[in-house]
Amino acid sequence: MRADRSRLPDVGPDPAFRFPRVVRHRLGNGLDVRTVEHHTVPVVSCVLLVHGGAGADPPDEEGLAALTADMLDEGTGDLSAIEVSEAFARIGAEYDVDIGPDAAQFGLTMLSRFAERGVSMLADIVVRPSLRSTDFERVRKLRLDRLRQLKDLPPAVAERWFLRLLYGTHAYGHLPIGTEPSLQACRLERVAEFHAAVFRPHRATLVLAGPLSHERLAAVAAEAFAPWGGGTPADGWSAGDIDARYVPPRLAVVPRAGAAQSELRIGHLSAPRSTPDYPALLVMNAVVGGQFVSRINLRLREEKGYTYSARTGFDWRKGVAPFALQASVHTTATAEAIRDTLTEFEAIRGSRPPSDAEMALAKASLTRGYPRNFETAPQVARSVAQLALYGLPDSYFEEFIPRVAAIERDDVVRAAERYIDPARAVALVVGDYATMGESLAPLGLGDPQILALE
Amino acid sequence: MDPGALPFAIRQLANGLDVIVHEDHHVPIVAVNIWYHVGSKNEQPGQTGFAHLFEHLMFEGSAHHDTGYFPPLQRAGAVLNGSTNTDRTNYWEVVPTSAIDLALWLESDRMGYLLPALTEQRFQTQRDIVLNERRQNYENRPYGLAVMAIMAALYPEDHPYHWLTIGAADDLRAMRLEDVQAFFRTYYHPANASLTLAGDIDTARAFELADRYFGDLSAGVPPAPVEAAASLAREVRLVLDDRVELPRIYIAWHSPAMFGRRDAEMDLIADLLANGKMSRLYRTLVYDRRVALDVSAYQNSRELSSFFLLVATAAPGQSLTDLAGLIDVELQQLRDEGPSQAEMERAGAQVEAHFMYRLQTVGGFGGKSDQLNAYNVFRGDPGFFAADLARYRAATREDVREAARSVLASDRRVVLSVVPRSQPALGLAGSEPVSVS
Repeated sequence: MRADRSRLPDVGPDPAFRFPRVVRHRLGNGLDVRTVEHHTVPVVSCVLLVHGGAGADPPDEEGLAALTADMLDEGTGDLSAIEVSEAFARIGAEYDVDIGPDAAQFGLTMLSRFAERGVSMLADIVVRPSLRSTDFERVRKLRLDRLRQLKDLPPAVAERWFLRLLYGTHAYGHLPIGTEPSLQACRLERVAEFHAAVFRPHRATLVLAGPLSHERLAAVAAEAFAPWGGGTPADGWSAGDIDARYVPPRLAVVPRAGAAQSELRIGHLSAPRSTPDYPALLVMNAVVGGQFVSRINLRLREEKGYTYSARTGFDWRKGVAPFALQASVHTTATAEAIRDTLTEFEAIRGSRPPSDAEMALAKASLTRGYPRNFETAPQVARSVAQLALYGLPDSYFEEFIPRVAAIERDDVVRAAERYIDPARAVALVVGDYATMGESLAPLGLGDPQILALE
Repeated sequence: MDPGALPFAIRQLANGLDVIVHEDHHVPIVAVNIWYHVGSKNEQPGQTGFAHLFEHLMFEGSAHHDTGYFPPLQRAGAVLNGSTNTDRTNYWEVVPTSAIDLALWLESDRMGYLLPALTEQRFQTQRDIVLNERRQNYENRPYGLAVMAIMAALYPEDHPYHWLTIGAADDLRAMRLEDVQAFFRTYYHPANASLTLAGDIDTARAFELADRYFGDLSAGVPPAPVEAAASLAREVRLVLDDRVELPRIYIAWHSPAMFGRRDAEMDLIADLLANGKMSRLYRTLVYDRRVALDVSAYQNSRELSSFFLLVATAAPGQSLTDLAGLIDVELQQLRDEGPSQAEMERAGAQVEAHFMYRLQTVGGFGGKSDQLNAYNVFRGDPGFFAADLARYRAATREDVREAARSVLASDRRVVLSVVPRSQPALGLAGSEPVSVS
């Protein structure tokens, strides 16, 4: 039989998929352990999530959480930093650290036969790090040097200023790496104190996924983490409320003479992860700019050729999260790209609600591809850690598709009216101000606030 | 690891298209992965950037679907992408099992019937996008032009690795639609392609579908293989100024071609030099002496010949001369004594684990479907997974030492200093200023 090229083939009904079943265990010291049986290749992946990320950095101590996390694999017991990395390498394990606004996550992936060894090493470094002063000085210096290097990188400069502009002095208003003065001032004692206060079993979740039984996975977790000394159950951690009186500027520029492109961030604070409008906002984002086939990418990239890629998204967190566009555009297209973006932010609020085709595409792209996020043990472990981070039920994965499928056009418009507002949006440009500065005036966003590269 | 860890079946259609199938029913998805054996190595001087620009045009529509390639696939819940390097261009979709027909229909339509949909306007727009991609990833990125300078110095002007896959901006501007059409006819046809379906699909049905959608496409003429040689007779020292805070040193050597003798050993050398805190150069430069901020090493395996690249960024106030001196001491020791037994055991454990990690996903860049196509296109054997692993297992200390000796010579290499604007004195002594854009 030959292909019928007169029309695209139909897509069949969505195949059935069984989402991972999460089993919870609680160790005597209060540690929340969650296991998932994932029977594919002999690989076990685990994630230890500790509540309190960069948003837990005390004022003037920006970077403390990230620096503390970075110090953990610098030595434990008799092992030096070199010996810790040697120990992981000898079993081919992959260790990674992710500091988010609300939590630190430590991931470890290894062959199943090394699960006991790997997880027990993870416990050693996280629970009993050496925190030696020579290592501390070296790590702090490396982070200071890295900070200096980030000044060369337009996306990093934009990220850093954008958070500051959106959040002001709130704890979410800085990058996890911190600032030069805060890192200069940081002392090892503060790292030790932060570790003692934050790294406690009551405020952590350990997820294990792999081709072992729940009992076996739980035993591996207990064997490694039972000795973690406890303290008392802490109240739920939060980065604190955002000062409603703070009003960011509408337009800001970080001048970068001779830059080949303008790095853009356009957006504002929008909604917390816990909003009941979360599924409606996902659909809205998919229509406006969250994927290749979305209004803003099609306009800025495919129609006008201003950029290689333009995307919008929510940088979700427990507190109020930003909704923003990011793109790197040709310098001469800077003002036009800002105008087009703000136009699309306005349109989705009602003047141009999503069409039937846009609704269908956005919902299908979110739901039909969902099972592929559960292909590997590391994917599964990270997904379950997200449930722990946001306090979501174990049934979340099962419920995701029907919840998104139930979203109607009116839900999207209502959520956009509530959470998207071009009149509040901040437009930040890192680029060649001498070349495009004048073109910004007609945007009507007022005089730009000029920011330093530092 | 089981030598049959990546099982497959292969058939060649009458028009020359290789079809490879791998079953994995864990998740109801199928990876469609297609390789065209064409990359920037098939370009000519003055016409660089073709292969990659062409990849962009493949997403703009084809004769029977004369509009964007993304919408029908995203509506079906697919993810998709493509990439171009010096040696090959690949395209992939990961679709729910229910959308396999759709993906094959679209892939086959653009293989067989792209040109009628390729308009001047689509061509112009994608060229602007590629020029923006070039600005974003090279011109506006710190150290972004360094590799361009190194390739230009490692390979003579008529060697196809002399230029980067992104191409020269002037060449991109000068490109004409007719040139693009000729390029398609030469390289985009069944006899120059390899199709892999991996995932939740039965082998017999996969072959039947491949034949249904691709079977009636016209066979093309297999393009002649590219041949080119390059070598260095001396150490070439260059200095490039850039908008950077800290100086960085790049050292590049010609090295054995992909899958060639000692290619695997060069991978092992890259790891033992610069992967992890216990690696030799990290330990010396970053951990003990603290003269560098970071160090990396990489065997960039390619079809015609490879290059081995070592990169280190100076810590503030440290000189590249000191870095280069320390690197040379480590390299000398490696050439003299080879790796330790402990280093070989560590490397062995990492290799075993990483080959297993490669079996976790069916699709996307580096997934099982991509690996089967890589082995088929570059080795003519999709079943090369086990033999590939065996190359690393078989490497001895002496093999590694010999590889270091023959490749990492101090008098046949390119040493590039990238220094902050107007501070050329921070480069290595005797470096020739170089300018790229």
